[in-house]
Amino acid sequence: MNEQIQADGLTKSYSGVRVLDGVGLRVAAGTVFALLGPNGAGKTTVVRILATLTAPDAGTARVAGHDVVADRGAVRRRISLTGQYAAIDELQTGRENLEMMGRLRGLGRRAARARAGELLERFDLTEAGDRRVSGYSGGMRRRLDLAAGLVGTPEVIFLDEPTTGLDPRSRQAMWGVVTGLAATGVTVFLTTQYLDEADRLADTIAVLDRGRVVAEGSARELKQRIGGARLDLQATDGESFDELIAAVRGRVIRGDRDTLMLGVATNGSASDARALFDEVDPDGTRIASFELRTASLDDVFLSLTGNRIHGYAAESEIAHV
Amino acid sequence: MSNYAAPPLVARAFRLALRNVDGMMTALILPVILMLMFVYLFGGAIETGTRYVDYVVPGVLLVCVGFGSGTTAVTVANDLAGGIIDRFRSMDVRGEALISGHVVASVARNLVSAALVIAVAFAIGFDPHANPGHWLAAAAILALFVLALSWLAAAIGIVARSPEAAQGIAFLVSFIPYVSSAFVPVRTMPAALRTVARNQPATAVIDTVRASLNGGHVGVDAWHAIAWSLAIIVVSIVLSGVLFRRRAR
Repeated sequence: MNEQIQADGLTKSYSGVRVLDGVGLRVAAGTVFALLGPNGAGKTTVVRILATLTAPDAGTARVAGHDVVADRGAVRRRISLTGQYAAIDELQTGRENLEMMGRLRGLGRRAARARAGELLERFDLTEAGDRRVSGYSGGMRRRLDLAAGLVGTPEVIFLDEPTTGLDPRSRQAMWGVVTGLAATGVTVFLTTQYLDEADRLADTIAVLDRGRVVAEGSARELKQRIGGARLDLQATDGESFDELIAAVRGRVIRGDRDTLMLGVATNGSASDARALFDEVDPDGTRIASFELRTASLDDVFLSLTGNRIHGYAAESEIAHV
Repeated sequence: MSNYAAPPLVARAFRLALRNVDGMMTALILPVILMLMFVYLFGGAIETGTRYVDYVVPGVLLVCVGFGSGTTAVTVANDLAGGIIDRFRSMDVRGEALISGHVVASVARNLVSAALVIAVAFAIGFDPHANPGHWLAAAAILALFVLALSWLAAAIGIVARSPEAAQGIAFLVSFIPYVSSAFVPVRTMPAALRTVARNQPATAVIDTVRASLNGGHVGVDAWHAIAWSLAIIVVSIVLSGVLFRRRAR
């Protein structure tokens, strides 16, 4: 398999705080890869290292066949980065921004103009092209920002939280754009804190938590990891809730002491459910009712990234599958 | 590395400068106000041994290009604070190319301000005794100093952590010309200030420009002005390079 991104043992600390703690990743050419994680997990740091903006303290990474530290010039010519903050000039028009990026990528005046026109068209910005960016909506800015990253026809595209802060309609539009990019054969590496986004767009998902990759696979594989289903148990009272938690321990996906609801991983079979009931509620007094649900990526995420049970602070109650 | 970086970045810097409303107000209105203010408001009370308008033109020139360079510091700080710097870096655009673009635009804008100062001065009775050679010498010394201030402003823009901080530092720096021979003769100042005023770059530049425009003998001041300007340029360029690499972590 031809890999466009290979990272091994990436470590990075900022003023003594370890942000990345041995991150390894593989991204196959022509696929969409999502790095999923909560705020502060280190997603942006991974992107900055892979896009040559930050050097890792330890570990190596190759992007588009070149080392990100030793050969950063070669990497830079083959990638584009669209970060969380719009990297375009407010005081220039959309067209001027794109033409400038084209010239900076080494295109001649005429070629840059043609490319700008093409990209405006493709991202539905032709009408707004000659207006200053300061008058653009959030969604238009993101599209222009993305277009600016594509001027040089990169092989690998990094998108750092491409839909954060967008309204649902702009988000849908952005998803369409990413899907379209993937169809052209480029490799897309995106970060997101939205599970549905990763589920929808990515061929492969890696879950990053506190600087480590805690799981990797397709959305389906990840859901399988916690058994594929979730049994929601309604406890009879607070005391029963505490006893249930103590009994199920590692299988807790989520819990809320206020509503007395506890989600537990299961494979959905009758035998597993029966065994579970027998184990956690031998006298039949702790569970008032139950409901079986298909596990969502949300559940995977919660169980992987250290879900806190609402009303509990102790880390010992947190399940790690 | 990127060889094609310079022209599009200069074009960008000019566009941003022309569309920066605050910056253009400073560049186009301040020269008129300051020139009128010094001549008509303060001029009557200041005894310089010559007509005040003939005395004060170089001082107003320096104050205007000083404030004008402050705009450049803010522009550079803005670039570093926004997301665009990451994009430029990921495109292998060198920091030097980006900053140089702003410096070129800064010099151009400040020279327009300077021309405006001269134009207003003529309108209110400026009467220099300079031949074309003198004019050329004055213009060259001023242009070199404008280049130095622009690089200094760029360095300030990089060292400041935000556009607001850049504005603050640049504002303080633009007061340096006041402690010079710009508006009052140095000999009228208290001893301590006199020492500062005699030995700072603004005085060297102002005295050189003043002597040139009044057709007098320029002397050693010109060499001091050139040396100061070159020193500021070298230090600012080196500092910009180092600071830029450090900021860009």
